[in-house]
Amino acid sequence: MKTTEILVVGGGPAGLSAAIEAASLGCDVVLMDSDLKLGGQLIKQTHKFFGSREEFAGTRGFEIGNLLFDEVEKYKKEGKLEIFSNTTVTGYYKEDGIVSYTIGEETYDLIKPQRIVMATGAQEKRIAFPNNDLPGVYGAGAVQTLMNVYGVAPGEKVLMIGAGNIGLIVSYQLMQAGVKVAGIVEAMPRIGGYWVHAAKIRRLGVPIYLQHTITEALGDKVIEGAVIQEIDNTFKLVGEPMKIDCDTICMAIGLTPTCELLWSAGCEMKFVPQLCGYVARRDAMMRTSHPDIWVAGDAAGIEEASAAMVEGRIAGLAAAASLKPEGCQMLKEKSTDYLKRLENLRAGETGAKIRCGLEQVCCECWG
Amino acid sequence: MMNDNEKLFNSGILTEEKQEAVLPPMDLWEKKKNGLVVIECPQQIPCNPCHDSCPTGAIMAFENIIDIPRIDYEKCTGCGRCVARCPGLACFVVDLTWGEENEALMKLPHEMLPLPRAGDEVACLNRMGEEVHRGKVINVTEPWKDCTRVVHVSVPKDMIMKIRAVKVV
Repeated sequence: MKTTEILVVGGGPAGLSAAIEAASLGCDVVLMDSDLKLGGQLIKQTHKFFGSREEFAGTRGFEIGNLLFDEVEKYKKEGKLEIFSNTTVTGYYKEDGIVSYTIGEETYDLIKPQRIVMATGAQEKRIAFPNNDLPGVYGAGAVQTLMNVYGVAPGEKVLMIGAGNIGLIVSYQLMQAGVKVAGIVEAMPRIGGYWVHAAKIRRLGVPIYLQHTITEALGDKVIEGAVIQEIDNTFKLVGEPMKIDCDTICMAIGLTPTCELLWSAGCEMKFVPQLCGYVARRDAMMRTSHPDIWVAGDAAGIEEASAAMVEGRIAGLAAAASLKPEGCQMLKEKSTDYLKRLENLRAGETGAKIRCGLEQVCCECWG
Repeated sequence: MMNDNEKLFNSGILTEEKQEAVLPPMDLWEKKKNGLVVIECPQQIPCNPCHDSCPTGAIMAFENIIDIPRIDYEKCTGCGRCVARCPGLACFVVDLTWGEENEALMKLPHEMLPLPRAGDEVACLNRMGEEVHRGKVINVTEPWKDCTRVVHVSVPKDMIMKIRAVKVV
């Protein structure tokens, strides 16, 4: 059976960062990702990132992905890092610590790692409304994949559901791709994403319907429109239904952490609404209640990619240092800086929710 | 329930009562060749590339990354580097010394196709995307060579706090 010192599950911003840090301490690392191409959501992000210089602020997301790929390449050449793309990790067996995976749809195999970093990311939420099974109703991730990875326009006129950062950013990217955005519907009395993201869409003429919801998709075989309606503070429908002309409905309702493997491993889990679902309890170094398993990125709670990258670096470094006593000094030095960066990214009004969520799952250290 | 102004602001429109806070001092602004920056960034978010991109230190160092940008207008040269760097496209430069008595030059961020070209007449849009003027493009630059353009467009002086984007027509 194949063995490795460290297995990183997921090749998005958190997983890539974890693999790079672990390899930098001299560990043998295997990284598995279910997609054909590494990078997770980063490769679809054509907008410039927020944050500070350390998180490559002001650089477009896919270019940040390229910078991470350069680091990955370096450790691949040194033989420290092995990449399995198109590979889905399907199970963790806690009796013996063996991990099962499939490559494509044919090959099934097993690997026994000494340590694991779970950076499995997130899944999109959906909402129910009549006709939401018609072709033309997409999740925002699918729209971004079609548009920014494969260069295919998802439709001609899109109604966006949700004004969080994803809804706002994908709306902007749709306009850049020449697709009309009929409007953005948001149930809350304010946009959930950054104000500046909303401002740059508004000034291009896209309406944002606050305290509105979609009540129905119109059409027989494909989407021919949508009906939206105002809601009050108790989410009860008020006012008159309004018809929106569109051929595509894009849902950016929110994400929930992908945590099946953490459950299988018996990690202590907790439902934390502020982190958008069940997440593993962990210490400051991202170690879960299972002594061999670390967690990072959206799998640890939904946040921005900039935070995912820093969490990944901490988790990768800490997992590696647990195998290499000589790495402990490095962990001490670097983690102080990384933790400070996370604190900065989570400061202020926009980070309040995350801070509140983290208080419920972070422990000082495992006894 | 929210009043209309709150509702507008909560959907990404800088309402009039909040516009005052972003205005440079008028006496300096009227004399400053190449213009001064106007930054419409009213929410604390973890972001500081405007400071990092500023070659003169006019956008002051952030004590905390979530601070709202503070500007030393004496040092601002209107170069427009922040205009092209800000991920939120929230920086604009307005040059009141440019052109005729009642004209001004605005330097606006632009990331949409088709690209405007110098000499084009473009639609000038307000914060809600309504066309409020047709202006002439004087220059188009790409300060960081990263596809974010800065469009220099001539506008009437009394519209500098209305116009925030251009569209090729």
